[in-house]
Amino acid sequence: MDRFLFLTLDGLSRGAVYAAFALALVLIWRAGRIVNFAQGAMAVAAAYVAYSVTAATGSYWLGFGAALLAGLLLGAVVDIAVMRLVDHRSPLNPVIVALGLVLLIQAVLGMVYGNEYLPAQTPFSRSALTVGGTAVLSPYDLFVFATVGVVGAALVWIFTRTAIGLRMRAAAFAPEVSRLLGVNVGGMLTLGWALASGVGALAGMLVIPTELGLHPHAMDLVFVSAFTAAVIGGLDSPPGAVVGGLGVGLLLSYVSGYAGGDLIPLAVLALLMTVLLVRPGGLFAPVTARRV
Amino acid sequence: MTADLLTVEALAAGYGPVPVLHDVDLRVPTGTIAAVIGANGAGKTTLLRTLSGMLRPTAGRILLDGRDLRGTAVEQLVRRGVAHVPEGRGVIGELTVEENLRLGALWRRDRGDAARALDEVYQLFEPLAARRRHLGHQLSGGERQMLALGRALVGRPRLLLLDEPSLGLAPRVVAQTMALLRRLRDENGLTVLLVEQNVRSALAVADQGIVMSLGRIALAAPAARLRDDADLRHAYLGF
Amino acid sequence: MSATRAAARPGRATAVESTRPRRAVPTLLRHLAVAAGVALLVLMASYQLDSFRNFQLATVAAYLCATAGLTVLTGLCGQLSLGHGALMATGAYALALTQSAFAERGLIAGGWLIVSLVVAVLATVVVGAVVGVVAARLRGPYLAGLTLAVAVVVPALTVTFDGVFNGEQGLPVPVAPAPAGLGLYFPHERWQLWVAAAATLLCLVLLANLVRSRYGRSFRAVRDDEVAARLAGIHVARTQVIAFVVSAASAGLGGALLAVLAQRVSPGAFGLTLSLFLLMAVVIGGLGRLAGAVWGAFLLVALPDLTHSLTNLFTLSPAAAQRLEGNVPLAIFGGTLIVVMIAAPGGVQGLLSRLTGALRARWPVRRS
Repeated sequence: MDRFLFLTLDGLSRGAVYAAFALALVLIWRAGRIVNFAQGAMAVAAAYVAYSVTAATGSYWLGFGAALLAGLLLGAVVDIAVMRLVDHRSPLNPVIVALGLVLLIQAVLGMVYGNEYLPAQTPFSRSALTVGGTAVLSPYDLFVFATVGVVGAALVWIFTRTAIGLRMRAAAFAPEVSRLLGVNVGGMLTLGWALASGVGALAGMLVIPTELGLHPHAMDLVFVSAFTAAVIGGLDSPPGAVVGGLGVGLLLSYVSGYAGGDLIPLAVLALLMTVLLVRPGGLFAPVTARRV
Repeated sequence: MTADLLTVEALAAGYGPVPVLHDVDLRVPTGTIAAVIGANGAGKTTLLRTLSGMLRPTAGRILLDGRDLRGTAVEQLVRRGVAHVPEGRGVIGELTVEENLRLGALWRRDRGDAARALDEVYQLFEPLAARRRHLGHQLSGGERQMLALGRALVGRPRLLLLDEPSLGLAPRVVAQTMALLRRLRDENGLTVLLVEQNVRSALAVADQGIVMSLGRIALAAPAARLRDDADLRHAYLGF
Repeated sequence: MSATRAAARPGRATAVESTRPRRAVPTLLRHLAVAAGVALLVLMASYQLDSFRNFQLATVAAYLCATAGLTVLTGLCGQLSLGHGALMATGAYALALTQSAFAERGLIAGGWLIVSLVVAVLATVVVGAVVGVVAARLRGPYLAGLTLAVAVVVPALTVTFDGVFNGEQGLPVPVAPAPAGLGLYFPHERWQLWVAAAATLLCLVLLANLVRSRYGRSFRAVRDDEVAARLAGIHVARTQVIAFVVSAASAGLGGALLAVLAQRVSPGAFGLTLSLFLLMAVVIGGLGRLAGAVWGAFLLVALPDLTHSLTNLFTLSPAAAQRLEGNVPLAIFGGTLIVVMIAAPGGVQGLLSRLTGALRARWPVRRS
């Protein structure tokens, strides 16, 4: 029972990060009907920026801030310099271009930092606190929950309470009408990319220290897990992405705890295949099996 | 000096290599309603899309208050006082009534007046006030019409471009809409360019009737003449 | 111009060509004749080139199976797969396990390699059928995401089941040397090229015939308009599964050949990067044309070689040189891919056809 509690809390902590990353995928999907397959690579790039800043200044928090800033900037640059130029009439094109970005970003990171695992710091201890003899959460887990909670609340606030959020939603739902109402639709899309990439960078900062460390491919499997979470949520639904993220986190924690950590990749693939076979539109959307 | 708010000279436009509009000339004096009428495919919607900059003209000029609109981005048009209610009304179904209306005034610097304009719209369209929190796609056709017009009006436009406001609406609602346009013209000095297939209701309210056929202006005449002159009506409108 | 549209045109063009009445020679014979010609060229080249080039050419042949298979799937049937690296891994590991099993029983004669290759292809067909059945229900980003997951997860399974696959270390692939009849000093690389080229040519002839057959027409119909294809009586899902399985089989053969060439398989060689490389190669070569797959396969081998020569021009520390050599080809591939997708979605072969098309228009040549 203790073990179950521990695995549940651990899974929720892991799931919170997947939720944040899935949220970033959903943001771009809603804004531009693109699944940003480069999001993992972009998040890793931001984490490397944090690594350099922390190495230079000795401060984790300066590095953390630098990663968020780098994430925001990289998102905006990718939209303006690449995605905006791509012909979106075929849905294959943006996907292929995003994969080109994956190769390019991972290659540049490999050239600059090398293809070895670098240690990734955490600001708080990762050893679990015990309550009444039961290992529960580590201070780092609490930090993860707090950060993801704050970011989620901030996103909700931006999108539902601010003028810029209203513009972004309008631009996503009805670009042409929004332009007629004076909304700079292109600018809103860029802002959406920046925000999503910033959230992705944050998720990367949170998850990388809990895995093997910093590496150009560090987010590959995280991306697949978060994509699965987003698909469970229906790709279109931010609350769905959060629920999906927590669900995937829990499942992987139980698999890892009861059956062995080696089985995690297989579990992710099996889950994704099952979801796609049973409810391709996600659990939170009406079934739309065939999206062209 | 001209009293025309909108002047179009020798305008041509089309989609890609397919020309739709040829040599279109028209003038809409300030504070009047002009109705563009004509059969399906005559180029009415294309004309509106070109006027609001969604379609780039291949030739000719569009003057607003004597100033050329060339180079004005679609997003900027609303700041020059032009509101365009597009085909199908353009209510954003995923946003609430209130959000749709706020969107219409987001570009305005004068937040105080924007809030006043919002209140005025709620007074003008009481059913909207009751459904502020409802999503756009939950509204009836008539309510959507109100929302689309209201969203245009919170920007306090000088020129209102309307694409088929009567489409899919009950005759009673169409009459209300036309009466409202007349009131806005008379009380606020609003200038309206109205594209309409419902010729009778359009001419009932318009000052000027502009008949389009195959992408050209076939006739521009006072609406009263088009209404009353049976020969003219037969020749150009077929009834 | 979008990729699918760019691909659509040549697809139709080839369909027209195949029905051209002037050509009295049956398609199969024509393809066999071309294959025989190419085989002769390869044979001559294998004597002219040094061992290293022979080995590189053999590698091109191995990649060509995979890129040709991917071209059939993505270019002709319109399904994206980011998972072909994983399918190559399936073929490679199946071959390694089969060859080891044979070697343990003392069956080391060269002929058993054919059996192993067949087993490798069959294993990949099974995996491809499983993925293909799910994939046939999916479109756009969902399909991309699923195949990406396959690309990431399948190489990781070698660690999960390291009892069978021996984890990161990988497995040795016992391969018989060249037959003694060829002489004592016959270079091993030349023999490797012969084996790889023979298998690849067979694979290409089969694919080329498939493309010109009823199935090929169904593939293109499904790609161009699923609804229209369904109305024309084509079973869309079944067509897509067939395309996926055929494509997987080709990739499996390619992977198995790579294993034969390297005489070792390890998960590192079949990671996500390989899957992306294959897609890049097909896109840069030109989606929808088997000729594009040839360009892509050459690029896959030539680019790393080129960067190796380039980095040798500078005096770098060994660590820096290693970083550059490993990553510059990736960067070039990624960058080229982005530029190609933005500027010339038809790829190299598309540019060539446009060029020759323009030339033909200027100087009409009477062709018999």
